[in-house]
Amino acid sequence: MIQVDVASKSYGETRVLQDIHFSVSAGETLAVLGPSGIGKSTLLRLISGIDDQFEGEIIRPKRIAMVFQEPTLMLWRSALDNIRLIHPHLSRAEAHDALEMVALVDKADLFPGQLSLGQQRRLALARGFAGQPELLIMDEPFVSLDAETADQMIALTEALIAQSRPATIFVTHAAAEAKRLATRTLSLAGSPATLAPPMSPKSVSSKGDTL
Amino acid sequence: MLIRIASLFGLAALWVFAAWLTDDAQVLPMPQSLLAPFWHEATTGTLPYHLGKTLMRVLWAFGLAMSLGLCLGLVMGLYRRVDLWLDPWLVVFLNLPALVLIVLCYLWIGLNEMAAIVAVTLNKVPNVTTVIREGARALDPQLKAMAQIFGMSPTRRLRHIILPQMAPFIAAAARSGLAVIWKIVLVVEFLGRSDGVGFQIHLYFQLFDVGMVLVYSLSFILVMLIIEWTLLQPWEARVNRWRTA
Repeated sequence: MIQVDVASKSYGETRVLQDIHFSVSAGETLAVLGPSGIGKSTLLRLISGIDDQFEGEIIRPKRIAMVFQEPTLMLWRSALDNIRLIHPHLSRAEAHDALEMVALVDKADLFPGQLSLGQQRRLALARGFAGQPELLIMDEPFVSLDAETADQMIALTEALIAQSRPATIFVTHAAAEAKRLATRTLSLAGSPATLAPPMSPKSVSSKGDTL
Repeated sequence: MLIRIASLFGLAALWVFAAWLTDDAQVLPMPQSLLAPFWHEATTGTLPYHLGKTLMRVLWAFGLAMSLGLCLGLVMGLYRRVDLWLDPWLVVFLNLPALVLIVLCYLWIGLNEMAAIVAVTLNKVPNVTTVIREGARALDPQLKAMAQIFGMSPTRRLRHIILPQMAPFIAAAARSGLAVIWKIVLVVEFLGRSDGVGFQIHLYFQLFDVGMVLVYSLSFILVMLIIEWTLLQPWEARVNRWRTA
């Protein structure tokens, strides 16, 4: 469960976000849509806690995972270590399981630089889910992948979310992605950006039963 | 490796040619004429004794300068406020001549081992700090955010996120550090110690013995080459494995 109440967020004199209030329950997947440059990534920085310079309050759980636009891996550590060093409580076998989920178990000892971009993205996804997060944040996780790889990634993400059921917030500018993964969609619009009237919500019962 | 050896032979050839031009063993002896005095110094134990003394000072000063410079550089690179405060100091110490620091250390601390090592360390810390600070400024903010969100502990962050990104800068600081440090150690020994390569060079300088000056300095260069090839370069290759894999 996460509660977001952002009264305003400014960079210097420029106010970028205003009056953004919503909450996401466990098992729910919220897509935040909006054109690029509107402040989606800024909002994620606030939600994830990297940036605490704003007016308002965000209540977030302790175990948070994030999947970034870029894979953001430790290029100097093996694929397996990229998971184990982030989640030190995992045993070797559990870390292997995490790689198994994204079909990378045979790449465990390779460096990220030896993997394709699609594989690196999958590794980042595995890293995100390995810690059983209560809140999963994804920032344009399928951008710059070819259609087929993106499709596989989305299917994989869907399966992983269904399995560990975190509260998920993801940002995208592709409405199709949002439609496929999300149980609920919010749109950012205006300047400073604020929540636009909700778009037709996908039926909640098909995805989550906690609402 | 072959190219390295050929390159060193080229240097030796240049020496032979220069010695042939000057044609005066007092000024520049032929390389092969140094072998006998070298062997004599090595077997009597004088050369190893003084080499050992110098090497110990180099290692102490190197260790201290690298640790201090690493800490200072990281802190200054990561925290803008600290950088603002300490940057003028850095400029002052960077421009303080090595000789001044050495003389002051001897005057203030005394003509002892500690003064010698402190003087060399203080001479080197500002350079290491400057290089490391550049590295710390170039750290990837995205990885920092990742470590923060996933709640990595500070020691893990340092070891697995920060230091690996710093490796090229640490290697650069270490390489230039080692070379500069041994040169300063020689000056320190020249001015105020009664052992070490610098002391021996002082001695043979007063005797106008170019041959022995060369024997001692070349022996230590050999030691440094061995350190470079057996320690520094293998370490660098190991931490850079991921780049070439």
